[in-house]
Amino acid sequence: MTETLRASHAWTATAAMALAVAASALAMPATAIGAEVDSIRVLDYYNDSPDREIYGELLNTCGAELGITINREVVPGSALMSKVLQQGASRTLPDLLMLDNPELQQIASTGALVPLGKFGITGEGFQSQVIAASTYEGELYGLQPITNTIALFYNVDMLEEAGVTPPTTWAELRETAKALTTDDRYGLAFAAPANYEGTWQFLPFMWSNGGDETNIDTPETAEALQLWVDLLNDGSVSRSVLNWTQADVNDQFRQGNIAMMVNGPWQIPLLSSDADLHYDVVAIPTPEAGGTSVAPLGGETWAVPNTGNEAAEAMAAKMIQCINSDQNQISLAVQRQTVPTKMSDAVQEEFVKQAPKMKTFSEMVKSARARTAKLGNDWPKAATEIYTAVQLALTGKASPADALKQAQQ
Amino acid sequence: MQTRMSRRSSVLASRKLSNRRKERLIEMLFLVPAIVYILAFFGYPVVKNIVMGFQDYTMKSFFTGEAPWVGLKNYEAIISSSVFSSAFVNTFLFTIGSIVGQFTIGLAIALYFRKRFPLNDLLRSLILLPWLLPLIVSSAIWRWLLDQDNGAINRILDMMQLSDHPGWLTTTSLALTAVIIVNIWIGIPFNVVILYSGLQDIPEELYEAGQLDGATGWQAFRWITWPMLRPVVSVVLLLGVIYTLKVLDLILGLTGGGPANASQTLATQSYQLSFVQFEFGQGAAMANILVLISLLFAVIYLYMNKSAGKSS
Repeated sequence: MTETLRASHAWTATAAMALAVAASALAMPATAIGAEVDSIRVLDYYNDSPDREIYGELLNTCGAELGITINREVVPGSALMSKVLQQGASRTLPDLLMLDNPELQQIASTGALVPLGKFGITGEGFQSQVIAASTYEGELYGLQPITNTIALFYNVDMLEEAGVTPPTTWAELRETAKALTTDDRYGLAFAAPANYEGTWQFLPFMWSNGGDETNIDTPETAEALQLWVDLLNDGSVSRSVLNWTQADVNDQFRQGNIAMMVNGPWQIPLLSSDADLHYDVVAIPTPEAGGTSVAPLGGETWAVPNTGNEAAEAMAAKMIQCINSDQNQISLAVQRQTVPTKMSDAVQEEFVKQAPKMKTFSEMVKSARARTAKLGNDWPKAATEIYTAVQLALTGKASPADALKQAQQ
Repeated sequence: MQTRMSRRSSVLASRKLSNRRKERLIEMLFLVPAIVYILAFFGYPVVKNIVMGFQDYTMKSFFTGEAPWVGLKNYEAIISSSVFSSAFVNTFLFTIGSIVGQFTIGLAIALYFRKRFPLNDLLRSLILLPWLLPLIVSSAIWRWLLDQDNGAINRILDMMQLSDHPGWLTTTSLALTAVIIVNIWIGIPFNVVILYSGLQDIPEELYEAGQLDGATGWQAFRWITWPMLRPVVSVVLLLGVIYTLKVLDLILGLTGGGPANASQTLATQSYQLSFVQFEFGQGAAMANILVLISLLFAVIYLYMNKSAGKSS
């Protein structure tokens, strides 16, 4: 009796399980075929005001157009990569993911992203280097609506007072910086800390002189590093730059402690909030007159993670197209002091019309270069070598040529 | 008869055994929560980290779950890198410098607070402040205090006409010293608190007896305070060493390991490898070396604890 009872119990349990499996099997196609995606999950690192609100509004507008709600998660910039790795390991990646552009290829190489070609998205009409940064092994994995770069900011009053004009060549940069240096201020500042920020700031000097990240042990790169060493030895640049971030440099510039700085357009809102500070922006000087200033491209790209939910992936791809519409590129760029990545005259002219202060940056982006275009996954290693060499040379531990050789070992 | 007896005794024995077994089972059940906790939160991460040190564990491993076994390759790579030897020496100097500074100043302050004076309690609690501040806040503040051009420290040295603007955090010869000074400042409260409580435990009678024999001042310290404080001192020093070996946030906040790796330690290098370059295998190998060094001191600590227990 007991035996049969137990058996019948077991049978009911099995039957119930089988039914449940069958039911879920029946239910499955309904969610997949119906394409009833009514919400998607988004992850980004625009954690500070006003960026947080600007992107929140854009995502919601695009979501409304597509008839979906957006579940957005925002993490601090430094936490994004570890968050993505965690989510990758636990198979909980969002439907739409924002990545800093030099990190896209690393994530794409893990197989965590869906190539955008699957949804018919191409990079046509975009700045080609922006597309190169978002491409891994010939496939486009991300689309970046806006980009930024760095240029030379100068204090108009200080230059007038010293009777000099903004420098365009390296020789002029040295002279002008020297002329602007007084007892209580430095002529120039850049940021050269022991992290990727230091690399980022050095790149325009290295690239404009023909240096290359695939091999930094070259005379071209050594000359660029020599310029930085000379500027320090002239006393035109403070040794503190070895430990200054770009934000620190900006603070010093605002306080009038430095007359010129290498910095990015994201500082413009802060700079413009000082009514007494008159500043302007020019391209970073080139080695010789008439040279092309090659600056690095910054900004974030949007990608579709491989979640297995095809309907949601397709919806996320539509979101990316919406974020990258001409209209939205211009509006994002104007609000965030960045440059649209679509290079058509129509987009760029409309943009400069709306944001005249950004003219220099709009010009510079045309010739700017992506950090990961050549090295892809090996970029972090090269970037570490570059800032290590910069630090070795600026501290006087090694000559520029030796510093580059040592760092590359 | 004989067999019956033996059978009975064996039955009794087995009953006893089963009783004992039950008891043991219950004992084990009481241990289970602690064992599960230790296995889950200490055992797993440590084993995982040791294993990771032998794997080519990269970003890809998180998504695919695959990390090829590479034997000692990670260890070879980090030990042969040019940063390793200087990071090793820096870790040594940083630990010794911090401990010596923290301990001597901490002991001096603890001895001072042993005297009764007005506001003693208030001042003693104020001493704890550096301990209460988040390390990231302390390091950000010290970064500005130590700034070469506009930092308060150099301004004060200027006023006293003592210096020509040393670049505390920007010259390779000074950066490690500056980081050690800040770490001493942070470590003093810990030393004061533990040493002060150790001092409180020394019976007053000993000093009175000593006084009768003419032992005051230095003599009293040398022959009463120091021997009585010995067990506390060894705890403070060993815990201090283990805490100092793993200091990371402070150095990252102050110098980021720069300039030119002048303040790079094994801990910062491990962080750099794992979370900046995403070479998790090499980062884990570096962390394992650090754990091994800490373990060495932990073993010394346990051994001294044991022998101290025996002697008392």
